[in-house]
Amino acid sequence: MTDPSERKSYIAEPLVPSAPADATAFARLSARRLLTLAGIGMILAGMIFGDIFAVFVLHQNAARVGTSLAAAARAAAAGDAAAVGSHFKDTGAFLENRGTKVDTHVHLIAFGYLALMLALAQPWVGLTETTRRRLAWLLISGAVLLPVGVFLIHYVGLAYSPLQAIGWASIFADLGGLMVLAATIGYLAGIVRHFRARLPLLPDQLLRDRSAPARWLLAGGLLLVLAGFVHGAYYAGVDLYRHEAADYKILSQMSAAAATQNQAQINQSLAEYGELQGDKAVKIAAHAHIIEFGLLAMLLAFFQPYVQLSEPWKRRWAAVLLCGSLLLPVCVLMEMKFGLLAGGLADLGGLLVILALLAMWIGILRSTGSIDAMPLGAPIGVKR
Amino acid sequence: MTARKILLFGGVALAIIGMSYGLWYAVFAEHQALDGIGHSLTSGFQAAAEKNSAEAGNSLQQYREAKYAYDRQVDVHGHWIGLAMLLVVLAIAFDHVALPEKLKLLLAWALLFGAALFPLGVLIQTWSHGALPRATAILGSALVIAALVGVVFGFLRRQAA
Repeated sequence: MTDPSERKSYIAEPLVPSAPADATAFARLSARRLLTLAGIGMILAGMIFGDIFAVFVLHQNAARVGTSLAAAARAAAAGDAAAVGSHFKDTGAFLENRGTKVDTHVHLIAFGYLALMLALAQPWVGLTETTRRRLAWLLISGAVLLPVGVFLIHYVGLAYSPLQAIGWASIFADLGGLMVLAATIGYLAGIVRHFRARLPLLPDQLLRDRSAPARWLLAGGLLLVLAGFVHGAYYAGVDLYRHEAADYKILSQMSAAAATQNQAQINQSLAEYGELQGDKAVKIAAHAHIIEFGLLAMLLAFFQPYVQLSEPWKRRWAAVLLCGSLLLPVCVLMEMKFGLLAGGLADLGGLLVILALLAMWIGILRSTGSIDAMPLGAPIGVKR
Repeated sequence: MTARKILLFGGVALAIIGMSYGLWYAVFAEHQALDGIGHSLTSGFQAAAEKNSAEAGNSLQQYREAKYAYDRQVDVHGHWIGLAMLLVVLAIAFDHVALPEKLKLLLAWALLFGAALFPLGVLIQTWSHGALPRATAILGSALVIAALVGVVFGFLRRQAA
C-alpha cells in the first residue's frame, strides 16, 4: 500500500472519503506516475528515433536495396548464379536493417501507448499500490528491452548464439515481450478483481476533465482514427491485392528478362518495382501514422489536468499536436507525387507532434515537481 | 455488463491475445518465414541465371505465397493490438459519448466483435484463399468503422450540448 508520506501528494481534487486514497494517486513513484512519465518518454524516444531513421536511413537504405536487386538481376542476366546469391544476401541484410529499425520505432511507441492506457486504467486495477508499481516496473523494463533487442538484431546477428536461427538480441527482445505480456496479464487480473468485488467506480480527475484542450484532443483524435480506418479500408479494397499481384508480376518479368538477357526489360522492371515499393510504403505509412497520432491525441486528452501550463499554452500545444498529426500522413501520401517537398513537410509534421508532446511532458513533470514540493498536510489540488 | 466494461475487458484481453500471438510468431515462425522468402527469391533468380525458366517460375510462386502469408501474419499482430488499444481508450472516453445506454452497449459489442473478427479474417486468409476469410475481415472492419462513426456522432452531440 502507499506509505503515509505519499498520501500527502495527490494531484486529484479533494478525494471522496470513501475512495481508497491510492486509487487516483499521482504520488512519487506511484504506478500511475511511473506509467505516465515512462509512457510519454517512450513515445517521444520512439518518435525521435523514427524521425532520425526517416531522414538519415530510410531513403539511403531503400537506394541500397534497389542497387543490390539491380545487381542481382544483372548477375542473373550474365548467367552468374553465385553472384545472384551474394547480391540477394546483401539485399536481405539491407531489408533486415530497415525492418528492425521500423520495428524498434513501432514497438517503442506502441508500448508507450500501452503504458499511458494502463496509467489511466489504474483506478480499476484492484491490486495494492506496491503490486501495481511492481507491474509498472516490469512493463517498463520489458518495453525498453524489446526495442533495444530488436535494434541490436542487425548488429549482433547469430554471434555466440546457442540457436541456429535466433541470435541473443532476438532472445532478449522476446524476453522483453514476455515481460510486457506478463505485466499486462497482471493488470487484467487486477481489473477482473476490481469488477468481481463490485467496487464502485472511483472519482478520478483525469476522466472528468472537460477543458477546451482536452475536448479538442479527444474530438480531433477520434476524427483522425476514423479517417485512418476509412483510408485503411480503401487501401485494402483498392490497392492491397493490386500491389501484391504487381509485386509478383514485376519480379517474374525481371527474372524472365534476366533469362533472355533483355537488359532494357530488366531496367524497366527495376524502375517499376521501385515505384511499386514506394507507393506501397507511403500508403501503409500514412494509414499507420494517422491512426497512431489519433490514438495519441485521445490519450493525451485525459492527461491534460496533469499538464501544468497556462490554459492558452495548453490550447496552443493541443492545436500544434493536431496540426502535426494531420500534416505528416497527408504529406507522406503526397510523397510519390511531390517528392522531397512533401517529404520535408511530412518531417515537419512529425517535428510538430514531437514538440507538442515534449511540451506536455514538461508540463506533467512540472506538476510532479509541485506535488512533491508540497508540505505535508497542505491542501491537495492542482496549481495552474 | 456496461459498455465501458465490455470495451475495457475486451480491449485488454485482445491486447494480450495480440501480444501472445506476436511473441509466438517472433520465436517460432518469423525467422523461418523470412528465410523462406529470401531463399525462394534467390532461387528464382539463380534459376533464371541457369536459363531454367520452369524452376524460376516455381520459386517465384513460392516467394509470392510466402510473402502473402508473412504480410498477413505481421498485420494480424499489429491490428489486434492497435484495435485493442483503441477499445481501451474508448472505454475510458465513453462517458463523453451522449447516446442512450442501449445504443452505447450495442456500439461497444460492435467494436469488440469487429476488432476481434477483422484480424482473425486476415489470419484465416493465410490458410484459405476462399471468400469466407475475406468476408470475415470485411465484416470486422465494417463493424469497427460503423461503430466508430456512431461514437464520433455521440461525442459530437456531447460537445454541442
